[in-house]
Amino acid sequence: MAKKVTIQILADLAQEREERYHSHNPLAPGHRMCIGCGIPPIVNEVLLAIDKPVVVSTATGCLEVTTGVYPYTAWNTPWIHVNFQSAAAVIGGVEAAYNVLKKKGLIGEDIEFVAFGGDGGTYDIGFQALSAAVERGHNFLYVCYNNEGYQNTGYQKSSATPIGAYTKTTPVGSAKVGKQEPRKDLTMIMAAHGIPYVAQASPHIYRDLTRKVKKALTFKGPKFINVLQPCTLSWRFAPEDTMRLAKLAVETRYWPVYEVIHGKYWKVNIKPKRPKPIEEYIAAQPRWKHVLKYPEIVERIQKEVDDKWNHLLALEEMSKALAEKEGIDYEALFANPEDNKESQ
Amino acid sequence: MPTKVIALTGNQAAAEAMRQINFDVAAVYPISPQTELMGFFAEYVANGEVDTDMVAVEGEHSAMAACIGAAAAGARVITASAGPGIAYMVENLYIASGMRLPIVLIDVNRALSAPLSIHCDHADSMLTRDSSWISIFSENAQEAYHNLIMSVKIAEKAMFPVIVNYDGYIVSHSIENVEVLDDETVRNFVGPSGIHRIPYPLLDVSKPVTYGATAQPDYYTECKYQQHVDFLKVYDIFREVAQEFESISGKYYDFIEEYMTDDAEYIGISMGSSFGTLKDAVNALRAQGRKVGAIKIRLYRPFPVKEVARALSNAKGVAVFDRADSFDGIGGPLFKDVASAVFHNQNRPLIHNFIYGLGGREIHEEEFMRAFDRVERLEKGVESRDYLVEYLQVRA
Ligand SMILES: Cc1ncc(C[n+]2csc(CCOP(=O)(O)OP(=O)(O)O)c2C)c(N)n1
Ligand code: SF4
Repeated sequence: MAKKVTIQILADLAQEREERYHSHNPLAPGHRMCIGCGIPPIVNEVLLAIDKPVVVSTATGCLEVTTGVYPYTAWNTPWIHVNFQSAAAVIGGVEAAYNVLKKKGLIGEDIEFVAFGGDGGTYDIGFQALSAAVERGHNFLYVCYNNEGYQNTGYQKSSATPIGAYTKTTPVGSAKVGKQEPRKDLTMIMAAHGIPYVAQASPHIYRDLTRKVKKALTFKGPKFINVLQPCTLSWRFAPEDTMRLAKLAVETRYWPVYEVIHGKYWKVNIKPKRPKPIEEYIAAQPRWKHVLKYPEIVERIQKEVDDKWNHLLALEEMSKALAEKEGIDYEALFANPEDNKESQ
Repeated sequence: MPTKVIALTGNQAAAEAMRQINFDVAAVYPISPQTELMGFFAEYVANGEVDTDMVAVEGEHSAMAACIGAAAAGARVITASAGPGIAYMVENLYIASGMRLPIVLIDVNRALSAPLSIHCDHADSMLTRDSSWISIFSENAQEAYHNLIMSVKIAEKAMFPVIVNYDGYIVSHSIENVEVLDDETVRNFVGPSGIHRIPYPLLDVSKPVTYGATAQPDYYTECKYQQHVDFLKVYDIFREVAQEFESISGKYYDFIEEYMTDDAEYIGISMGSSFGTLKDAVNALRAQGRKVGAIKIRLYRPFPVKEVARALSNAKGVAVFDRADSFDGIGGPLFKDVASAVFHNQNRPLIHNFIYGLGGREIHEEEFMRAFDRVERLEKGVESRDYLVEYLQVRA
């Protein structure tokens, strides 16, 4: 392990990012996302972490409608959008083409393949295509920017929307208070596919997200990263608070940041020593804060959060024990890919 | 022209063409009567007889999405489906043509549900008629084989995707003698693969391109206008490729095929496998001294407007046989196409529409003959009609 002072690592990373951004600039400025939107930092963090040329596919949604508005494009990297539900199928097709043409000697470069989808395009309508593309074993990284609703169409519920949250299809009424059902746990479902790498991340810890992308790309085959993405417009917080919201989600354990290798080995990357109460995160979001008037709903939310958290910790413990039984070095499994490079 | 004649079903003939073309990517999902075709082709893949990556996807929507991705990447792509599979693909069919991707789709024509039927009619293909896919109908296994080889070249010259249709079971599962070209001739004809066959391959990472942008009202019309203008160029491209194909096969395929139309007063029009039966009906009526003829539509989209107008310029009555109903009070899709084509003719014939062959219902010479009789009596004013369309075959 490299023994650098944390602050120095951060400064180096920030500088490297800055330099790469200006030389490389995969998603150029001038796109039309809302001020304070969490998507651009996620996309940049993901793409800047990749050293090779990248082909990107994107599902219909905010990212797509704001970055390729004919006759302009914000994409400085080959990019394709087919429709709402097909981001994974499309990138699978591109990758299949690449494999054949490479085998025939018609392409020289090593190319990486990345798909982006919102939670609607990933958890819901695009889930079948994603699950199948992953089962087929295409070599690609799928990144879900998860803003917990269909934002592009004006904020309707998705299966990532939390209990009690207001959306246009789950209004707050006298008979029903916002969304009734808990969030679908897509990260767990992806892990159950047994693919090489699955993770949850948050854009405010860009070091972690960058590392996860690099880590993911050390594996051949399908990789999935679910990134929480605060949406200023629909969650209704001030544009400058995006990262604060993301941070609160992690500090309340609402959005655990963790990774899973081969669907077997689990590691929770950040364990808040004194987790903040969920109320603090809820109160920061006008889309959701009405639930604070209903203790039984807050209790349901807190229970969901606690149950998931405890489940994750149990999985982590189990996988440590499993690794030991198998004679595998658990810590080495999750080592920083950069550290591996240094030690080689 | 080294050829050999072998007994093949329609599906075997199509699989043989696919093997010879040796394209790059096939993203497919099984559905009767296409399953067998993909089974044959999967064996070629498994035995290393082709370089193709066969991506066995989880549904037709993803099949076409993956084909779009692969074609935009720069690969040569062929897929196949039928009936409900085509219906499930429709959203992506429009995207493929809007992106101007030279994908080839084999449609082993099958009826749409409900009621469910795995048998032939043309309702599936009619879902695609406004999608700016070039659409070619094949009468038999020989034509399916030839059309498929030509379609690769037509697609890449026109930069539009192509649908090659042949009738489910009637063609796909019937054995006939098929003249097969040798591998080298086919490979030379279609030319080598490689991303620079198309102008803007995604995999040319040195020149990043954007596929699938959003267009606002200020540009959408211009995008569609370009598509419109270029789609009209398909007529010339089709002929060019057909001529080139004639030089390797000895067969020339025009937009339409005419049978005894020169002096014909009454003409029947159909597409696909029923044309043989229609010709039999013409022969039987000619034997009775009746002046009848038949036309087969081979190129369905873009529609051969001028050729149909010319071929019908002296006809008194026309029977259009549709293997799909439009349920619109007017008539089947082919009927409306033919009616539009002859609208500006000086001698406009009487046109009547017959729906036949739905869900695999067999069609017989006598039924077509009855339709000719009906058109003649309508034309002579002996009989009248309430609607422009009627069913030719309904159980009593
Ligand atoms: C087949 C289909 N159904 C519905 C839509 C309408 N639609 C476009 S984007 C969208 C929501 C996207 O939500 P999400 O995937 O969460 O991405 P976000 O908008 O949040 O970026 C919907 C419903 C569509 N484009 N295509
Ligand atoms: S609506 Fe939300 S997700 Fe969409 S661009 Fe605006 S902030 Fe981003």
